[in-house]
Amino acid sequence: MANTFELIASSTVGSGGASSIDFTSIPSTYTDLAIYLSARQSRSELVSNTRIEFNGSSANLSCRYLQGTGSAAVSSSSASYLFAASPANTATANTFGNSFIYIPNYAGSTYKSVSWDAVTETNATGAEAYLVAGLWSNTAAITSVKLLSLSSDNFMQYSTAYLYGVKNA
Amino acid sequence: MPNPTRIEINCETGVESIIELTDAEVAELAYQAELAAEKKAEEDAKAEADATAKAALLEKLGITADEAKLLLA
Repeated sequence: MANTFELIASSTVGSGGASSIDFTSIPSTYTDLAIYLSARQSRSELVSNTRIEFNGSSANLSCRYLQGTGSAAVSSSSASYLFAASPANTATANTFGNSFIYIPNYAGSTYKSVSWDAVTETNATGAEAYLVAGLWSNTAAITSVKLLSLSSDNFMQYSTAYLYGVKNA
Repeated sequence: MPNPTRIEINCETGVESIIELTDAEVAELAYQAELAAEKKAEEDAKAEADATAKAALLEKLGITADEAKLLLA
């Protein structure tokens, strides 16, 4: 059975930056959701973190992740957040990091698992890669998704997010 | 200086709105960031402490991590 990806919505951050990208009123007609995020944050660091929230709630999120820094590999977890890395504003100019976030059975009535892989980008040491297994311990169907900085910074201009619905054909 | 904005895309209508955060939302965002930094620092410290304790225990037992896995298999 082939899977089909259908673009639900997308957004490109404008010149003023944006503190978050919020997809609301997500239809429940798909099997899974997939998000492609190309982002750069305004924080004066090489790397910053992007987190995700569902249905306007920052509660009941957790994750376990593998983080590669180029010089070390770290396995860690968070009992409070679901996040991965994005490049920030001291990374090489005009570079953006890529993320792919997959949310199976987002409209079901069980807890929602999330897989997230992310790489940052810079022409120096300090770029990172993340593989994240996340969980939203909530049985509600996901109707909105918010992407935002873990450190309350802005997404910079030309950051983009694409939300796809995945259907079994 | 204006407050930061957020982008909201209504997936039913396709309408994208750029909404300026209220002062209360800016304050909440700053609070959440502070909280996140604290929690992440705590979690990172715990992970580091756990790794150190694990290494110390292996050394005390005189076995490697692979040998410990073998014992638990």
